[in-house]
Amino acid sequence: MHSEPQTSAAGMPAAAAGPELPSQPLSLAGRTRRGERVILGLLWLCAAVSIFTTVGIVLVLFVDASDFFRDVSIWKFFTDTAWRPFGGVEQGRFGVLPLVNGTLLVTAIAMMVAVPLGLGSAIYLSEYAAPRARRVLKPVLELLAGVPTVVLGYFALTFMTPVLRAIFGTSTVQIFNAASAGIVMGIMIVPTIASLSEDALSAVPQGLRESAYGLGGTKRQVAIRVVTPAALSGIVAAVILGMGRAIGETMIVAIAAGNLPKLTANPFDQIQTMTAYIVQAVGGEAARGSLTYESIFAVGALLFLMTFALNVLAQRFVRRYREVY
Amino acid sequence: MAVSTPRRTVHDTLAGLERGRRRKLKERAFATVLFTLTAVAILVLALLVVDIVLDGFTRINVDFLTRYASRTAENTGIRAGLTGTLSLMVLTALVAFPVGVGAAIYLEEFAPDNRFTRLMEANISNLAGVPSVVYGLLGVAVFVYALNLGRSLLAGALTLALLILPVIIVAGRESIRAVPLAIRDGGLALGATPWQVSYRQILPSALPGMLTGTILALSRAIGETAPILVVGAVFSRRADNEPWYFMEAFAALPVQIYNFVSRPQEGFKIDAASAGILVLMAVLLIMNSAAIVARNRFSRRY
Repeated sequence: MHSEPQTSAAGMPAAAAGPELPSQPLSLAGRTRRGERVILGLLWLCAAVSIFTTVGIVLVLFVDASDFFRDVSIWKFFTDTAWRPFGGVEQGRFGVLPLVNGTLLVTAIAMMVAVPLGLGSAIYLSEYAAPRARRVLKPVLELLAGVPTVVLGYFALTFMTPVLRAIFGTSTVQIFNAASAGIVMGIMIVPTIASLSEDALSAVPQGLRESAYGLGGTKRQVAIRVVTPAALSGIVAAVILGMGRAIGETMIVAIAAGNLPKLTANPFDQIQTMTAYIVQAVGGEAARGSLTYESIFAVGALLFLMTFALNVLAQRFVRRYREVY
Repeated sequence: MAVSTPRRTVHDTLAGLERGRRRKLKERAFATVLFTLTAVAILVLALLVVDIVLDGFTRINVDFLTRYASRTAENTGIRAGLTGTLSLMVLTALVAFPVGVGAAIYLEEFAPDNRFTRLMEANISNLAGVPSVVYGLLGVAVFVYALNLGRSLLAGALTLALLILPVIIVAGRESIRAVPLAIRDGGLALGATPWQVSYRQILPSALPGMLTGTILALSRAIGETAPILVVGAVFSRRADNEPWYFMEAFAALPVQIYNFVSRPQEGFKIDAASAGILVLMAVLLIMNSAAIVARNRFSRRY
């Protein structure tokens, strides 16, 4: 960015007549810029805060988690089938599988809701909707992304759960259950999947659509067999990012899915997710240095690794669809 | 030249018509399905708003806004949560706005094109995918314990600031990029230093976009529950929070709502919670309107 001020003076032909040139080329370096060096340093520091954040997260999670793994073996953590973290080393059971099971169960339900709704909206907005309808529908859909998750949790517990209990019977559907949290979470993710997929669909070149129409394709055939496959890597990235959000979502499950770690595939059972455990254990004011406190970070580290892996995967897919056209 | 058309029997023609009709039906059915899928999410949003308004509308009154938490649902109020949330908002903005704008200016105007810069950029987009509850864990370990701030308002605000920093940086960079190159070159040609150009030319032009982005990011921070819950917001405080007493314990509206919802009594779980949600949504609505006003009012066209 720094231009060289002396070139204009030194580059002047010496033979030119006129006012006498200074024998030394003018240099601004070092005169007014010392303060700017400091400013530049401060700006760099601002940008580096994001690096510190990441380093901080990794250090914090893995240092405390490693303290935890001094008392509980990693093998046990991943193979024991019960999670009873409040009894200390002797009485407690520290198998993370029930929590992972809870997280994956809710995530699976959420994706069953979010993928059809999100993809359907994306195809509709990109291929079918009139420009005016699109201008209205898109921001409204994105409003959903701005609803605080504690509000969605309230909705899941006090609206969705009674509805499910009315349909399937109060004996099958527990008051806290994975299904109502998962359904509402799926609704929450719709804007994520819809807007990213729509970007990918809109990025498909118009020529591809027109040649398909030229071959006699109908609108539906063009949308399903030409445009969607062409945008597939972008759509996959959107779905993966949505999944990452579902896995990390906390308040909906903490409110509506319950606090009972359990190995189950029954969506109407009470469960506990990894995120809900973190909130529950912290709320219980686990003393710093206790095994329970450290277990929060072990679960947090696993959660971070899962979402990080999904993010990296999604970015790989995004790069691919950007490269094609 | 005459083109001879193939002879078609009546039967063929009818079959063709039938095929066409069926195809048209399929087309229309598909379009309807897509529209329905789009409408479902929007309908659920409408349902949610209606449900909350119906539940909470009658519970909202002046007492609810001006009273501290109480053991009985009829007398409880959200004063502590509301003052806590507003204080959090002020402190978070004071930290996140300058840092975010500084980072955006650095990355757009000064950063050399090297590996470290690319690492920063990749890192910012990765941070946006980190679950908010993990930021809470960072806040507990670093702000509450390592820096010894305790479970204070400041610890909560710093955690939220880190959470929304990526959003502010991205918005800031976009609005800097929207400033025409001619302004930058003109400033430099007149002999201004790069920093003078950034500070006096680019920053004022990019400010409306940055403000909009920051207000939207703040409205996200205000609705966040998990990170401040983990950092240690208290459920029922019987005192106001003020931004300048930043070492005090703090309450927050979403945390208070969470507390209401988690109780078994209907008076808390339904009435107080939904009334609290209405207040929270009103605050968010005001902030979003402010963001739109900021964008329309101050934006310059080139």
